[in-house]
Amino acid sequence: MSGVLVVIEQRAGKIARINWEALAAARLLAAPTSITAAVLGVQTESAAAEIAARAPGKVIRVEHPLLAQYTADGFILALQQLIQSESPAYVVLPHTYQVRDYAPALAARFVQVLISDVTAITEGPVFTRQLMQGRLNGSYRHSGNGPCFVSVQAGAFPAETAPAAALAEIGTYTPTLDPAQIRTRPSEPFRAAAQAVDLGSAQLIVAVGRGIRNQDNLPVVQELATALGAELAASRPICDAGWLPMERQVGSSGQTVAPKLYIAAGISGAIQHLVGMKGSQCIVAINKDPDAPIFEVADYGIVGDLMEVVPAITEAVKAAKQ
Amino acid sequence: MKILVAIKQVPDRDSPVRIDSAGKWIEESDLQYALNEPDAYALEEALQLKEKSGAVDGEVIVLSAGPERVGTTIREALAKGADRAIHILSDDLAFRDALGVARLLAEAAKQENPDLILTGLQSEDLGLGQTGVIVAELLGLPHATLILHIEKTDTGLEVKRELEEGWFQTIQLPTPAVLTIQSGGNKLRYATLMGIKRARTKEVKQLNAADLVPAATPVVVLDKIALPTKRKSTQILGGSPKEAAAALVEKLRFEVRVL
Repeated sequence: MSGVLVVIEQRAGKIARINWEALAAARLLAAPTSITAAVLGVQTESAAAEIAARAPGKVIRVEHPLLAQYTADGFILALQQLIQSESPAYVVLPHTYQVRDYAPALAARFVQVLISDVTAITEGPVFTRQLMQGRLNGSYRHSGNGPCFVSVQAGAFPAETAPAAALAEIGTYTPTLDPAQIRTRPSEPFRAAAQAVDLGSAQLIVAVGRGIRNQDNLPVVQELATALGAELAASRPICDAGWLPMERQVGSSGQTVAPKLYIAAGISGAIQHLVGMKGSQCIVAINKDPDAPIFEVADYGIVGDLMEVVPAITEAVKAAKQ
Repeated sequence: MKILVAIKQVPDRDSPVRIDSAGKWIEESDLQYALNEPDAYALEEALQLKEKSGAVDGEVIVLSAGPERVGTTIREALAKGADRAIHILSDDLAFRDALGVARLLAEAAKQENPDLILTGLQSEDLGLGQTGVIVAELLGLPHATLILHIEKTDTGLEVKRELEEGWFQTIQLPTPAVLTIQSGGNKLRYATLMGIKRARTKEVKQLNAADLVPAATPVVVLDKIALPTKRKSTQILGGSPKEAAAALVEKLRFEVRVL
């Protein structure tokens, strides 16, 4: 067992940034020449070429007709065979919804446990991941004898860029798969409905979270949004409860926004929310808990009950605009 | 349909987070506990599936591992409408990794032979997001994650799976199967007074973790916990709400220039 296998996720030939971050994370575990990147699917030539330009030691195209569409069964079987053949010490994956669907079972097949959603890798190696919805960091160590499986959180590592020099060699691997082994039948992805609210282009956003406590309190944040001329948005629990429509949700399962101003009222700042808004130019956090993770990404913070603070801001904004 | 719902008792999200003297977990004496929210959605989905089918042999069984205190969360699930429960008594969950905990749940599930196993997609404390998927692997069952809706079909199930950025897909799979449930697919019910009363007489079978699966050496170890270090310097605006608001508006006008 040696080296690192990085599993790159491609969708219709497109490779998202988180994959280059996974490749960069692999650099913390091995020299570039000991890093192998694998891409699964059919017709992966152009994806493989794109990966090769980021100079891992080697790129493997894992191709099979049964990998054309993602299924957990297909991906687990193909990767199980590839890992047995390559025998890496580490398997690094991007922490996407797809990886969450298959990687825990893949690791279990090797009697290993995936260290999921890792935010840092330090000497040891010690893997840092968040606990208690981002209120704590935990340091994890791998002590098994098999390969160590790690998935990395979006935005936690700087993405690997393409160096000017050499391209990695590209090989292919054909796993043995039988249609009878694929037990699930997925449909093509679809969107629920045309999104009426495009938060992505909003310049100013006022977002509300659990701190609002009650649906009847929503007008308090709506009034601030109106006074600012901002769009109203929310964290997932507010939309789950049906207090605001799903199309106003910001975060990994909702929209990604990068406005000039993002006011987070009563949002604690779980990572699922942060990934959707941390690119905002100015972030204002209002929360009663001074240790809430939202303050880690905020430019300005007000510690207090949003039911008192937000109306005060609304008044001050109105006064300033007169 | 016999549905098993694996639920977890977690520290209430408003609980204070104080690191214990060993630096490995938080002070448990400070904590209040609650039902993990994604698991509440899994339970809700199970109850609705049973109610919709109307079959007389439909059954919802909750399964939870942990010390004595977990009993209160189990009673809450029974009060909401689960028919009976299995409590895997364990004081050493913290020393079992995700695979160790999944082995316990899988072993208990095997004894029930359910048509469907549901659980939340992740827990609010450890946030591993793996238990359901590993249980499926250990039992050799097909699985799907991040499920918002379940429909019974002639051949098995059709489920709605959430993808990233507002996309979805449907997946057909045979039963028995394991599904991890995303929050928000349903509206959660509250326990009624009648439900709470009836829960007292419902069966809670207790199993001993050590008898079920002896604790093995964990593959992954949590060495220590720490408060996160701030990456960005946040300017805290103090004073009364009115003073803080005035200071903020000043910043928004002259520094951020959005007013």
